[in-house]
Amino acid sequence: MARRTIKVDYLARVEGEGGLKVVVRDGKVASAELNIFEPPRFFEAFLRGRAFNEAPDITARICGICPVAYQMSAVHAMENALGITVTGSLRDLRRLIYCGEWIESHALHIYMLHAPDFLGYEGAIDMARDHGDVVRRGLSLKQAGNEIVTLLGGREIHPINVRIGGFYRAPRKRELAPLAEKLKWARDAALETVRWSSSLDFPERERDYTFVALRHGKEYPFNEGRISSNRGLDIAAAEYDDHFEETHVERSTALHSRFKGGGTYLTGPLARYNLNFDCLSPLAQDAAREAGLERNCSNPYRSIVVRAVEVLYACDEALRIISAYEEPDRPAVPVEPCAGSGYGATEAPRGLLYHHYRLESDGLIAQARIVPPTSQNQASIEEDLASYIGDFLDLPDDELRHRCEQTVRNYDPCISCSAHFLRLDLDRG
Amino acid sequence: MSNSVSRQIVLGIGNPERGDDAAGRKVARLLLQMAPDNVEVTEHDGEATALLARLDGAAAAYLIDACQSGAPAGTVYRFDVSAAALPQGLGGLSTHGFGLAEAVELARALGKLPARCIVYAIEGECFDLGAPLTPPASAAVAKVVQRLGSEIIDDMEPGRKPRCTNPT
Repeated sequence: MARRTIKVDYLARVEGEGGLKVVVRDGKVASAELNIFEPPRFFEAFLRGRAFNEAPDITARICGICPVAYQMSAVHAMENALGITVTGSLRDLRRLIYCGEWIESHALHIYMLHAPDFLGYEGAIDMARDHGDVVRRGLSLKQAGNEIVTLLGGREIHPINVRIGGFYRAPRKRELAPLAEKLKWARDAALETVRWSSSLDFPERERDYTFVALRHGKEYPFNEGRISSNRGLDIAAAEYDDHFEETHVERSTALHSRFKGGGTYLTGPLARYNLNFDCLSPLAQDAAREAGLERNCSNPYRSIVVRAVEVLYACDEALRIISAYEEPDRPAVPVEPCAGSGYGATEAPRGLLYHHYRLESDGLIAQARIVPPTSQNQASIEEDLASYIGDFLDLPDDELRHRCEQTVRNYDPCISCSAHFLRLDLDRG
Repeated sequence: MSNSVSRQIVLGIGNPERGDDAAGRKVARLLLQMAPDNVEVTEHDGEATALLARLDGAAAAYLIDACQSGAPAGTVYRFDVSAAALPQGLGGLSTHGFGLAEAVELARALGKLPARCIVYAIEGECFDLGAPLTPPASAAVAKVVQRLGSEIIDDMEPGRKPRCTNPT
C-alpha cells in the first residue's frame, strides 16, 4: 500500500503552537489532523471565585490579538446576567473599539500571515523585499486599527478602559477628530486592499459549509445579534448549549465544537459575510462585487478578500460612528451584583466567541465557560484538508505541505485562544 | 523628541510578568535614569509590527531582549544587526512567530532599519507567569546597563561620561 505522510511539526504564521498531519494512502487522503499542543490555559478555572467585574480584564489576557473580543463577550454576558442593557453612545463606542480590533487583526493576517502563501514567499519578510509598498500599506492599516483601540481602550494590547456597563472613561468628541483623519486614509487603503487581494490566484475549491455567525438584521454584527446559520438556525446566545457541544480529542488541547447530533460548521469572516451581506455598507458591498465576490462565497481561499471587505466596512463604520458621536452623560451605566446566569456571543475577528457565566448573589463568579472561534473551526479545518488536499497530491512534498498550511491559514486560527482545557482522568488505583 | 536625523532609541523588550522575559524591560528602566535626555528609552512588549514602527526614522537603536539559546543563564550576547541578521537559535519569545528578529529583518527589507542597530540578548532560565527575575538574569541586567550605557555615550560623544554609572 502506497503511503505518504505530510507532517508540519510547527505551523508558522498562526498564533500559538500547533501542527498538522495528513496521511495519504493509495492516492487518497486517509486522515487529516490538526494537532494543537499549546499548553492548556485554565482561564475558566481562574475566573471562578473572582468578582464579576474582573471578567473583562481577565479574559482579555487570553489573547493579545483579539482582547477586545474577549472583553466584549464578557461584558455582554455579565450584563445579560445582571439585567442591564447598554444603549446610545456607549453602545456605539463598543462597536468602534471592535472596528479597531478587526482592522488591526485582519490587516495583520491579510498582509503578514496569509498573503505570502498566495505570492509564493516563505513569509512577510521575503515578501517585503519584493512588495515593499504593499507591506507598508498593510502595516499602516494595522496601525490605524491600533490607534482606535489605544484611544478607546487606553492601550493597543489588552485594553484597560472597558468595564461592565460601558467604559471607565468616554472619549471627548474632539479626541476623535484626529482619528477620523487617519481613518479616511485607512478607508482608501482598505479599498485598495480589497482590489489587490482580489487579484491573487485562488484555488477554485468549495464545500457546502454550514456557516454560523451572529445576525442582527440591521447592522453587520460585532456585539449583538442572534446566532444564525444558512440552514435555519436562529437562536439567542442563551440557547447555545442546546445546539452545540464540545468534545475532547486526543490530538488537541483545544476542544472540538460540533452541532449536537453531529455536524461541523464554519465561523468567522466567511460565515459573517454569507449571512450578513445585506448589512454591509454600500461602499463595502460595491467593493465586494467589484472584487468578484457574489453575495455568497463558499471558497475558503477567498477569505482573504472577505477579510479585506470587512476591514473596509470597519473603517467605514468607524467613520460613521465618529461622525455621529455625542458624548454620553456618564461613561458607564451603574451595575449592582446579583445572582444569575448570563450569556454573550460576539464576533471576534476569527468568528463567534461565546461566554457564559453563573454568578453568586455577591457577584462572585461560580462558573465560567468560554468557547473561542478556533475551537469551533477545528473540525472544519480538518474537513477542508481532507476534501481539498486530494486534488493537490501530484505536487512535490514541499509544495503540498505549503498548500496544507495555506488551507489552515484560511481560518486565521488563534491556537492560544482555543487551548484552554484538558480533561484529567485520575486513577488512584 | 529629537529629530529623525539624530533620533536614538533604547527599547527594552519583554513581558514584565514572565520571569526572565522581563530582563530587557529592567535594563530599560535602569537606563532611563542615566541616559542623556535626547535618547528615548522605552519598554516594549515585542510585537513585531509595533516594534517596526518604533524603529522607523531612528538613526540608532539599541534593543534589549531575553533569549533561550541553551547557554548558561545570565549569558549576555551583543549583536550588531546593522549589517547582518540575528543568528538563528536564540529562541526569542514572540507572538505569531513574529518577534524581534523578524522586526529587524522586516525593517531591513523595507529600508527602515536604523543605520546603527545593536541588540543585547540576555539568556533567561525561568519564564513562568508571575516569577521574578532569577539571580543570573538580574546580574546580567546590571552588566548590560553598564555596557550599554557606556556604548550609547561613546557612540554619541566619545569620552563623555554617563550621568550615572551606578544603577540602583
